[in-house]
Amino acid sequence: MENNFDDIVKKLDKNELWDFHGGVFPAEQKELSNQTPIAQLPLSKYLYVAVKQHIGIEGQLIVCEGQVVLKGEPLTKSSNPFAVPVHAPSSGKIISIGEHVSAHPSGLPELTITIETDQKDKWLPLKPMVDYQKQSKMDVIAAICNAGVNGMGGAGFPTHIKIGTTKPVEFLIINGVECEPYITSDDRLMREHAWQIRQGIDILCHLLTPKCVVIAIENNKPEAIEAMEVACKENSTYQVVTIPTKYPAGGEKQLIQVLTNREVPAKGLPIDVGVLMHNVGTCFAVSDAIFSGKPLVQRVVTVTGGAAKTPGNFWAPIGTPVSHLFDEANYNSKAQEATQAIMGGPMMGFSITDENVPVVKTTNCILLPDAKESQTRKEQACIRCGACADVCPANLLPQQLFWHAKGKELDKAQDYNLFDCIECGACAYVCPSDIPLVHYYRVAKSEIKIEQEERVKADKARERFEKRAARLISEQKARDEKHRLAAEARKQAMSDNGNNAKDKIAAALARAKAKKLDSANVTIENKSSMAAETEMNDVPESKTVTPASSNERVQAAIARAKAKKEAAKQALASTTLTKDESNAETKEKESFPKGKNIERSSDEAADAKEISEKKAIDKEAKIAAAIAKTKAKKQAQRIGQDLQATQVNDSPVEEVEDIEAQQLTLKKQRVAAAVAKAKAKKQAKQQIIESSESKEIKPTSKSVTPEQSENTHSESQALALKKHRIAAAVAKAKAKKALKDASQNTEDDKS
Amino acid sequence: MSLSFAIFTALCAIGILALIFGLVLGYAAVKFKVQGDPLVEQIDEILPQTQCGQCGYPGCKPYAEAIANGDDINKCPPGGEATIKKLADLMGVEAKSLDEAHGTEDVKKVAFIRENECIGCTKCIQACPVDAILGAAKQMHTVIADECTGCDLCVAPCPVDCIDMVPVPPSTATWRWDIDKSIPIKQVN
Repeated sequence: MENNFDDIVKKLDKNELWDFHGGVFPAEQKELSNQTPIAQLPLSKYLYVAVKQHIGIEGQLIVCEGQVVLKGEPLTKSSNPFAVPVHAPSSGKIISIGEHVSAHPSGLPELTITIETDQKDKWLPLKPMVDYQKQSKMDVIAAICNAGVNGMGGAGFPTHIKIGTTKPVEFLIINGVECEPYITSDDRLMREHAWQIRQGIDILCHLLTPKCVVIAIENNKPEAIEAMEVACKENSTYQVVTIPTKYPAGGEKQLIQVLTNREVPAKGLPIDVGVLMHNVGTCFAVSDAIFSGKPLVQRVVTVTGGAAKTPGNFWAPIGTPVSHLFDEANYNSKAQEATQAIMGGPMMGFSITDENVPVVKTTNCILLPDAKESQTRKEQACIRCGACADVCPANLLPQQLFWHAKGKELDKAQDYNLFDCIECGACAYVCPSDIPLVHYYRVAKSEIKIEQEERVKADKARERFEKRAARLISEQKARDEKHRLAAEARKQAMSDNGNNAKDKIAAALARAKAKKLDSANVTIENKSSMAAETEMNDVPESKTVTPASSNERVQAAIARAKAKKEAAKQALASTTLTKDESNAETKEKESFPKGKNIERSSDEAADAKEISEKKAIDKEAKIAAAIAKTKAKKQAQRIGQDLQATQVNDSPVEEVEDIEAQQLTLKKQRVAAAVAKAKAKKQAKQQIIESSESKEIKPTSKSVTPEQSENTHSESQALALKKHRIAAAVAKAKAKKALKDASQNTEDDKS
Repeated sequence: MSLSFAIFTALCAIGILALIFGLVLGYAAVKFKVQGDPLVEQIDEILPQTQCGQCGYPGCKPYAEAIANGDDINKCPPGGEATIKKLADLMGVEAKSLDEAHGTEDVKKVAFIRENECIGCTKCIQACPVDAILGAAKQMHTVIADECTGCDLCVAPCPVDCIDMVPVPPSTATWRWDIDKSIPIKQVN
């Protein structure tokens, strides 16, 4: 194979080289600036140190405004592999950390640390690592990283990433080609500091252990070649190779092709073909960082062009505004048609928009062209001559790229490998129509990059949107499930309660029936003896108590039934009932309403039963029932106590309870009640046997009958049942009439 | 005899072939079944995913589905003409100009919460379609600018109007080269 290692080395030994496609031969113009030694630039008053000066991520700020820093003091620290720290280029005070015009074609402001120099230029105590060969490679790489070294040739790739590679390195190429016109900074550096560059190469060799080291220098720099050869004499493995001058031979991919005939794959890195390349300036910086412990705080900048009266190379502290360099080179703006300064070379540089643009680690040249050098000619239509394709060092089709870039057909431009364009400007240089081809490519490239970024963002947004939607759905489901469970629990509780309520009602009914049966006799007696009672007791209270005692349970039913009736029949009946039921005062009436009352009650007791069976008790009825119940209870208690009282007389509990009622009449009532009951009992017995035909008794007996039929425990009068029922029916009809009358009566009473 | 045999063999051969192909097709239909509508996915890829709802659909995916079902392609203001052009290419229809009824193309913006005015009501958090607002009840909220799609949906629900839509400032990373500001490379020689 042609380009295996041994063949390449053999060819290199014979100084036989390959060539790359295309290339141009612009006027070199190097003699303008390479005649004088590199001068030390006087410190400018302000230094603008951009936080990010390389490809990658900016470091983390570790200083604050107002802080006094010494020369070489780190301003940021590297917290990410792709972050390179920056250092104070001179001693002074940090007066601001904020946005400042950037050394970028756009001139857009970027985060910059502004240092007001104190002109003392006092170094931080330096920590050289002279015994680097005894140190671990990691420590050496870390020292290089902490010194803020990144590629000085053009792009500014972090050096520590390059030298931290784990892949085997066959060729370490030191790039001293400097092919772009006008620029002489590397040339002068090699001439004056060849020894130090060699030291830097030593360090890189220690870290990378390459099989072969090639120092490539164009043949238009004989002094530099000589200096490097002298410096590398000691080490036979270092080979200084002179290559023919052709632009852009200094391009990484092109130089690799010239020296090894290997092609770096698209989107690949030189290490993929076993090659690593460093600029001579980088080697110098590495040497500085290890042997003297100095971080990268200055670099050689060529200031040249027809508008610079004293062009030359300068050691410029990083962050020096270009205006300071203009002054130093005696910039004559009158020599230009319009103010124009170019950062970088004439082929690949960009116009700077502001004279406060600072020098950064990748600034190798400030070009100040005069009117003769910079002649603006208008872009004309492409004549499809194909000259651009002839000179393209990347073997692209610049014309096609131009069409697609201009037509915003970015996909097609990418199909023509737009991203393999190294933006060398050779195509634009040869274009007879003066089309700024590279600019079209740059626009297209940035648009594609932005589009890709937007797509990434859109994908992220879509993902977040979908995740959110999924989350909302699951939350909704969870909520629905929770609600459903809660509803079920409630239903369960309700049905339990309902059963309980039913049970309770049934129990209450059973109890009431039992009690009724017990008191049935009493009731009957009451009815029959009502007249007597009224005669005996003028006090209405006694009446209330006595009939109530007989009717208490019935009244509970009445209350319920009443509610139903109220709903159906409205006010008239209800008012009567309420009065009858709850107000003792309304019972001041005589026995007639009482009797009627009983009729009604018996009548309605039947209704109440139905209702309770249907469980269609509405709220009002429930409330009424509750009131009625409590009353009934009280009355039951009273009656029970009254009965006791007949035997034992007063008990204190009774009195306490009766305080609420009319205390004065209590005793009388009780006595009367007791007497009445006793009488009533006797009479009831007689009357039941006789199955009396009296109005008052009939309904009562009826009210007893159904209960008897239901409750088998009670004494059954089977023979009398039918009669009773008939009588009950008659009584009902009568009772209804009586009810109406009664309601009218009560109203009359009221009024 | 030979004729009928020939017909019989021909029928058999064709029948067997039909059976084989039928089986292959049936197998392929099961094996290579495409889940979902690939066209919807493709359209969704093109849409800018701001999830702003300006198209009248509750997100980009629903609009993608609508387009696949024949809706107009010019209802996406955040995507603008570029998106319409791509959609037109994909759908094989003519590119229309943006439907003004759904809004106009604007510079990219992100929401910004004036944090000292925020009362912590969480209404904007609920409105954000991409969960780009951080905060909790009665705590200050803030927008994660990198995640904000600039959909504008959080502005209206804010009871104290403390959310601004701030245009994204151009940076060196998002800057597009300006042809007119190009330097005359060739002329310097």
